[in-house]
Amino acid sequence: MPEPINPESVDLLAAGPDARVAKGGGDSLRRLLTPKFVVGAVIVVAIVLFGIIVPFFTQNPRAIDNVGLTPPSAEHLLGTTQVGQDVFAQLAHATRGSLIIGVLVGALTLMLSALFGTLGAYIGGVTDEAFSLFTNVMLVIPGLPLIIVIQSYVPKKSIFLVILVLALTGWAGGARVLRAQTLSLRGRDYVLAARVAGEKRWRIIFVEILPNLLPVMSSGFVFSIIFAILAEAGLSFIGIGATGALTWGTMLANAQNGQALLFGGWWWFVPPGLMIALLGAGLSMINFSIDEVINPKLRTVNVAKLVKEAATA
Amino acid sequence: MQILRKLGFYVVALFAAVTLNFAIPRMLPGNPVDILLGKLAIQGPVAPATRHSLELLFGSDTTGSIWQQYGDYLKAISTGGFGISVTYFPTPVITVIGQALPWTLALVGLATFITFVLGISIGTFAGWKRGTWIDSIIPATTILQSVPYFWLALVLVYFLSVGAGLFPLSGGYDVRNTSPGLDGQFLSSALYYGFLPALTIVISSIGGWILGMRNMMVSTLSEDYVMTAEAKGLSPMRVMITYAARTAVLPSVAGFAISLGFVVGGSLIMEQVFSYPGIGNAFLLAVQNNDYALMQGLFLVITLAVLGANLLVDLLYVFIDPRTRARG
Repeated sequence: MPEPINPESVDLLAAGPDARVAKGGGDSLRRLLTPKFVVGAVIVVAIVLFGIIVPFFTQNPRAIDNVGLTPPSAEHLLGTTQVGQDVFAQLAHATRGSLIIGVLVGALTLMLSALFGTLGAYIGGVTDEAFSLFTNVMLVIPGLPLIIVIQSYVPKKSIFLVILVLALTGWAGGARVLRAQTLSLRGRDYVLAARVAGEKRWRIIFVEILPNLLPVMSSGFVFSIIFAILAEAGLSFIGIGATGALTWGTMLANAQNGQALLFGGWWWFVPPGLMIALLGAGLSMINFSIDEVINPKLRTVNVAKLVKEAATA
Repeated sequence: MQILRKLGFYVVALFAAVTLNFAIPRMLPGNPVDILLGKLAIQGPVAPATRHSLELLFGSDTTGSIWQQYGDYLKAISTGGFGISVTYFPTPVITVIGQALPWTLALVGLATFITFVLGISIGTFAGWKRGTWIDSIIPATTILQSVPYFWLALVLVYFLSVGAGLFPLSGGYDVRNTSPGLDGQFLSSALYYGFLPALTIVISSIGGWILGMRNMMVSTLSEDYVMTAEAKGLSPMRVMITYAARTAVLPSVAGFAISLGFVVGGSLIMEQVFSYPGIGNAFLLAVQNNDYALMQGLFLVITLAVLGANLLVDLLYVFIDPRTRARG
């Protein structure tokens, strides 16, 4: 049965079985340092530092003033909101809020997908069938509507609830990819050798199999951070995000409710969205580079140039 | 056999969604019945039977066992009995959904189709010309992929509607001069109003298709059979399309399920920006008004639509990938 495949994981599955296991050590690290990776890492590190350091030095992001909706100036770097709050300060604090949610959801998602992805595939048989069916069902039920329904039933929406709900609805994609990888690993000679040598089951999973899944897992982790930040922004935008939190999504929601569009307040609604897009792009570039390390087939050469060189030689 | 297995999977998935819908109100805190009855009482006198039917719907009815409740619930939804909407009181939920569904189906369906065709074509070409300048625009598409739909909608409205005045600010058609019906005036108005929402979907979802297709093309092009085709001296167009792209497109088709889920989720929120008269807008109104009956009905219908689309694509897959037929 050809099952739906995450486009991000396609290249992993397409590669031969040997391509999936990073050869470890300095070689793959050196290969990882492509221009794409460096650009991505610089963007991500810059945004993370912005979210960690800048909030200590900004004005109070919630302080109300009577200078409503003013364009950027020396005093307010990114202008003010409808009620005179400093947009730059809000952006810094929102960056922190969104990043925390993204990273925590990413970590939780990783654990869940590792649990459902590797355990079933390693044990095999009925357990695998059941885990796999569960994963596929979770994958095919549209996530955001489900999240919205769950969120609306809970009267007090804490930030941890949002994180929990996002993780519970977002792990399936990663689990699928991990299952495919584990299936290919469990039949390898070195795993069989470990089994023959009498290693315990948990040791085979944690010591023999998991380390070889690291590249795939890190790619899944990066992807679920993007997913979480986007989903949280959407939830906050429609007013059912975490109560009292300050994230990129709540900024956008306030801008929409404050009619920033009609009054031409681009400085209010452009920066948060741009930050999301930049962070997403940075993380995806890191993901590409990881993919290229795992899957040698994706490493590109300029074919036309090679042909020309061959012709002239 | 193959098809039966697939049908079986979708039946299980549908069953899971229906059961989730039943379980969520019963597992989570909060009593929607009281909230709803309060709202209904403002709008008009409430019949005593309403309380019981609401309780049935939301699971605060403790008269029967949980299995009995589940049975009643299944019976109710199988006949479309999703209850009464509070937002559009006293319209039944099923009617509200019936009015909103065509808008979203047309918008998301058309936009997804355009995106798929466009994305696959660009991806094929970028993979074919791997390593050249065309290929270097690929990282840029990831920016598009990480842009929230609703934010892109805001930006487009700001520049093209508020700024340039090219497109209407919101709505699904010209309410003043046309009325819904199958005449040219209404349809052209609907196309005009739907252009920006559709553009939003195309721009923000095309990145994934391009990237997936490009990567599969790069992988496929290193296969021996492609080299054989080239060595035979076939025209490059023929090698690109009937040899490489035909194989490379399969994972994209198979990955349709996940992509569709994202597109549907994104457009739900995007509709609010445009006040588009579709499912998304109804969903968000339901959320704002604590209209649980409408919300749950919409969740089921959205899930049903997504499952249906996936089933269709899966069946199609059996026909385009000969290997699945051979195995089955």
